[in-house]
Amino acid sequence: MSLYRRLLLCLVTVLLAFTTGVRAEDRFITVASTTSTEQSGLFGHLLPIYAQKTGVQVRVVALGTGQALDIGRRGDADVVFVHDRAAEEKFVVEGYGVERKEVMYNDFILIGPKDDPAKAAGKDILDGLRKVESAKAPFVSRGDKSGTHAAELRYWKAAGIDLEAARGAWYKETGSGMGPALNTASSINAYILADRGTWLNFKNRGDLKILVEGDSKLFNQYGVILVNPARHAHVKKELGQQFIDWLVSAEGQKAIADYKIGGEHLFFPNAKKV
Amino acid sequence: MSTLGEAWSTALTLIGGFDAKLLGIVGLSLRVSLSAVLFGSLIGLPLGASVAVGRFAGREPVTVLLNAFIGLPAVVVGLLVYLLLSRAGPLGQFGLLFTPAAMVVAQTVLITPLIAAFARQIVADAWREYREQLKSLGASTGRAALTLLIDTRYSLVTVVLAAFGRAIAEVGAVMIVGGNIDGVTRVMTTTIALETSKGDLPLALALGIILVGIVIVVNAAAHATRRWALHRYG
Repeated sequence: MSLYRRLLLCLVTVLLAFTTGVRAEDRFITVASTTSTEQSGLFGHLLPIYAQKTGVQVRVVALGTGQALDIGRRGDADVVFVHDRAAEEKFVVEGYGVERKEVMYNDFILIGPKDDPAKAAGKDILDGLRKVESAKAPFVSRGDKSGTHAAELRYWKAAGIDLEAARGAWYKETGSGMGPALNTASSINAYILADRGTWLNFKNRGDLKILVEGDSKLFNQYGVILVNPARHAHVKKELGQQFIDWLVSAEGQKAIADYKIGGEHLFFPNAKKV
Repeated sequence: MSTLGEAWSTALTLIGGFDAKLLGIVGLSLRVSLSAVLFGSLIGLPLGASVAVGRFAGREPVTVLLNAFIGLPAVVVGLLVYLLLSRAGPLGQFGLLFTPAAMVVAQTVLITPLIAAFARQIVADAWREYREQLKSLGASTGRAALTLLIDTRYSLVTVVLAAFGRAIAEVGAVMIVGGNIDGVTRVMTTTIALETSKGDLPLALALGIILVGIVIVVNAAAHATRRWALHRYG
């Protein structure tokens, strides 16, 4: 019996240690964002600067754009920071968000095997995709309703390829984030559309390299939206708005421009001046 | 160097360096999973014992369900708890989503059936042996269940350790309800998933080695305690 009691005492101590350890910090907001911003390391650069200036902790949940917007729709985030213009505008029109503000852009790149069996390398993304399709070279798709997935589908369409008809063993939908999809592509030496930030921060490249870049069609705009407090009363309106205002301010824009990996810029601020 | 070799040396550097960030992540993993084991035991042990000893209608179906739910997929539990705790869900007003508390809830749901099912089996075996004795002493059902739980405590420790192992090793549930927020809800398994996403396989594997090491240490501690207690109390 005494052992049982001792064990119980021990467990209760653990519980107390736990509950006192997780006192919620008062000043924080939750931001639903995309894996590209998180995994490229941008938030790791921006958020400490913001926390030091304002004392507000920004908690980022990184998902695909589709899922991030869904979290906003359910009221589980105060701010969404994503990249799929059409979906973002729909989010605002349906009354889930207050206003969409453009913050920055980065660009997509077509990655593929170094020896480029489909001869997709060049300056034109649509041409590159057409060559991948006609060679039936292995291509890895995110297939997860993320912003990058939406962009990929737009490019196929613009290239005049009906994916439903062209689909075959060469087209592999992984239903995963950018990093896992890149891991898959690297292990089977496939072509893949990726965002530059994740690629620059990605270590398991194998025999892959950039084949198409710099096409203006590849620019990828990021927008930030405050979740509508009229729909979800608990949304931290002031703190959320403060973060959005900082992102589009001269100071926030400079912090974004300052972020580099190996001397390369990842994100290009382009918020409209107020 | 091969990925495996690199992983080992990274693991040793991380452990040797007492990296503050890593310590925080390890600490949170332990806090969340130990709390889940505590709550899971407080619910699962009495539940298992009462199903073993009690005589009530529906005892067989409950036994089958408990056994079946041992295999609950973590990601399904995560999704259910997410929908419950989401602002749009029934328990939304508490604002628990994306906090360590949500992770404790999810892991508790995940391991309670496991604890209850194994406790039921162990107590049922003991019940078969001591039934007449306990009955002749006039023990009530509740009293008998408690006595048998205490009597089988050394076997139950293994059950609780198995539950701890399942809790600390799962990633599907904590990823969904915790959100893998840096410094808030990032635990060992979600860190491993994140580093794998970044293609940093050696670092991911190094963290995996450390996680397994921690589980071994916890099991060794439980084993030592059991031996000491057996020696001391018989």
